[in-house]
Amino acid sequence: MTRKPAIDTTKGSRVEMTEKFHRNEEQNKPDRPELPGSSATGFISPPYLSRNASVRRVMVQVLAALLPGIVVYAALIGPAIVLQLSIASVTALLAEAAMLKLRGRALFPFLTDGSALVTAWLIALTFPPIAPWWLTVIGVLMAIVITKHLYGGLGQNPFNPAMAGFAACLVSFPALMSQWPSVTAPAHFIDQAAAIFGGARSLDALTSATPLDALKTALRLAGPGATVSAALADTNIYGYVAGRAWEWVAAAYLLGGLWLAGRKIIRWHAPAGFLSGLALISAACWLSDPERFASPLFHVFSGGALLGAFFIVTDPVSGCISGKGKFIFGFSAGILAYIIRVFGGYPDGVAFAVLILNLCAPLIDALTRPPIFGMKKK
Amino acid sequence: MFRKLFSFKGGIKPDTYKAVSTREPIGIAPLPSTLIVPLHQHAGGRAIPRVRAGDRVLKGQCIGEADGWISSAVHAPASGKVLAVENRMAAHPSGLPTLSVVIEPDGLDEWACLHPLRYQALSPEKTRECLRDAGIVGLGGAAFPTHAKLSAAKQTAMEAIVINGAECEPFMTCDDMLMRERAEGIVSGAAFFRELLDPKKVLIGIEDNKPEAIAAMSEAAKRFGSDFEVIAIPARYPAGGAKQLIRALTGKEIPASRRSPEMGVQCFNVGTAYSAWRFITFGEPLVSRIVTLTGNVENARNWETRIGTPFREFVALGHPGHDTNGFLMGGPMMGFEIPGMDAPVVKSSNCVIAAATSLFPPPPAEMPCIRCGSCAEACPHELQPFELYRFARVKNFDRAREFALDECIECGCCAYVCPSRIPLVQYFRFAKSGVQARLREKEKAESARSRVERRKAREARAKAEKAERLAAGAQASGMDASKKTAVQAAIERARQDRETIQAGNANDAETGDRYDEGQPR
Repeated sequence: MTRKPAIDTTKGSRVEMTEKFHRNEEQNKPDRPELPGSSATGFISPPYLSRNASVRRVMVQVLAALLPGIVVYAALIGPAIVLQLSIASVTALLAEAAMLKLRGRALFPFLTDGSALVTAWLIALTFPPIAPWWLTVIGVLMAIVITKHLYGGLGQNPFNPAMAGFAACLVSFPALMSQWPSVTAPAHFIDQAAAIFGGARSLDALTSATPLDALKTALRLAGPGATVSAALADTNIYGYVAGRAWEWVAAAYLLGGLWLAGRKIIRWHAPAGFLSGLALISAACWLSDPERFASPLFHVFSGGALLGAFFIVTDPVSGCISGKGKFIFGFSAGILAYIIRVFGGYPDGVAFAVLILNLCAPLIDALTRPPIFGMKKK
Repeated sequence: MFRKLFSFKGGIKPDTYKAVSTREPIGIAPLPSTLIVPLHQHAGGRAIPRVRAGDRVLKGQCIGEADGWISSAVHAPASGKVLAVENRMAAHPSGLPTLSVVIEPDGLDEWACLHPLRYQALSPEKTRECLRDAGIVGLGGAAFPTHAKLSAAKQTAMEAIVINGAECEPFMTCDDMLMRERAEGIVSGAAFFRELLDPKKVLIGIEDNKPEAIAAMSEAAKRFGSDFEVIAIPARYPAGGAKQLIRALTGKEIPASRRSPEMGVQCFNVGTAYSAWRFITFGEPLVSRIVTLTGNVENARNWETRIGTPFREFVALGHPGHDTNGFLMGGPMMGFEIPGMDAPVVKSSNCVIAAATSLFPPPPAEMPCIRCGSCAEACPHELQPFELYRFARVKNFDRAREFALDECIECGCCAYVCPSRIPLVQYFRFAKSGVQARLREKEKAESARSRVERRKAREARAKAEKAERLAAGAQASGMDASKKTAVQAAIERARQDRETIQAGNANDAETGDRYDEGQPR
């Protein structure tokens, strides 16, 4: 009678299993060095325990944190945003798949990691919801194909893909990128959908300027006599603090962002830096001349400030690493965003500020490298 | 007692899985059928075998003598017959063979003649020598010879010795059980260390998830007065790393480039203190240790196990489950997979874990680094693991060293938290071995160069001497003036040659010295 061996004392089974599960793109990359104790030589390396974390888990939580903002957006500004989100998502996944195929990478792990969806959603949320469908597609392609994959794919892009896509479209199609739906008389979903797919762009009835744009134009057009308080008195455009409807969307982003920070998916440094930078410079200008400059509250709750603070400045790949670095990155982006907003040629400056800071991130990282255990100066 | 605790940065809090192996007291593992005692179980030189096949040995008899100062003796764990002194598989991740003494126990368990160590009557040097010959090494896992840690630095007075009972690795409970059951011995061992190092304080650090151990140790420490403090530290891996524990208890941070006595601290594991106490009190050399047997087993427990017990026989004590697919030695964070079940329990075997897919699921696909920074936050040495990874991956070892690769203690916190599931520790080991390989290459090239130069110098000297000799002969035999000047010139040339060669050698020696100091090994 042969007894079934109680234990497989050769580690064969374990190695086999590792090979089965562990074999993947990263390990098959030609540039990956042969590691000591890798499955090739028969060992799985310590630690054998790991936290239940994955890139997908991170990305899914980021998407979840965007949901409150999307719900408020759809309710107050129009459900067309859902269409845009779908267009962007489908385009992003197709572009991602095509690029992975071209680069000879495995589709499954990267298509399901959620990073393409985060980019797509951010693009949809920063574009005008009644932008023509092809504009969204161009934005997403710019982000996924050029900004992400041509630079090496996930984890390699020096620029925030969504912001690069946004900036490219903003400078290429300035008129289309500033046609925002009117919030005083929200258009019917059918009309918004027609605007997206129809291509008929005589939309004057449908559109109005964003609060930031409106304020800027009001101050410029009305000449030297114009004051912020007079302009902001029109609550139909400006709402309670920073724009009817838009301020609630911003508040919902804030909520989602705080949830992310609470779950430690993002660290507090970059959002705090961004918002304090923006608040500080806007407060300084506002205190010096409240008739020419809007209040910090207006600036924080308008435009892409809160979306940017929690979902864009916090991008780990194109941002800084140490807490100090993240804060400096955010703080500088906040100040820059304000300068572009108020003194520059565009109504909002978050995208350009983030892209410029992306360029500076390696330098900030090098200058803020934290001291090492046992090597601190007393 | 209230006491200010310092904190180290980073660290993780994995599930501990500790309770399961503390339900039963320490058991005495039965005598195995064979004992395979490797002669190299410690850091430093391999012990020199002192027995031959066919010899009868007594329990505690020295079978391997320490080779040099950083080395340790090895003793027979039971009385019996030496079957062979040959290469056997080592309890090392590589599974490479190592010279071992194979003993067939005779079942009598007859001790050799033992003498307690009256160290009060001995000089400290002699005491340290005795410890070396008793095979006392660090039982925390590194197996560094204890005697070599028992001399204070010349310039710095010892401030504290730290007794490490933190035991932060999940699953592991050997120190916990030892402290619960044999606190007296541990504290007495610590008192012995104090006599040799003369520190102001003895700080016993225990993670606060071991209340029984803390109670037992506090009770035992009372006898020694207020110099002995038992301190509960917050449970957080790797609080039991020597550097982290020293940081937590004294606030001192010891960089990789310095030894802790230079900063007035020295750290010992509780098991080490206990085995030192057994030696000075009963004269027993280190022939057994407490080993936790846990994981996917029916009967998780701590066993007092003879060094040399084959893992096959040891793990059978716990009845491993049928789905066991490997065994780990050490904890799940820093341990390794036992290369084969014929490898023996050694002095550094603190824990054996039966692995199963349910406990340690195979790692999912490795993804690219997204620079999320979780690893940097988890690193107890405040390194930037993702940067080290980047440089290790492209084999830029110099840059990796700029980012303090040498400070990495391979605790695995970074890999534990990594959302991309990158085997970071493997990359760092790869980089470290790359650094070592380059140093060896350099040394080899250096020594080849100096060999060639020495030969050249030798030949030139021989030539010069010959010329001098000839010239001297010519002078003696008498010559005309023109020949004389020619000879004189030749002598002059020869001398100059010799001088330049000597000067060159001196320069080489200098640069060689600098090179030695500059490179941490």
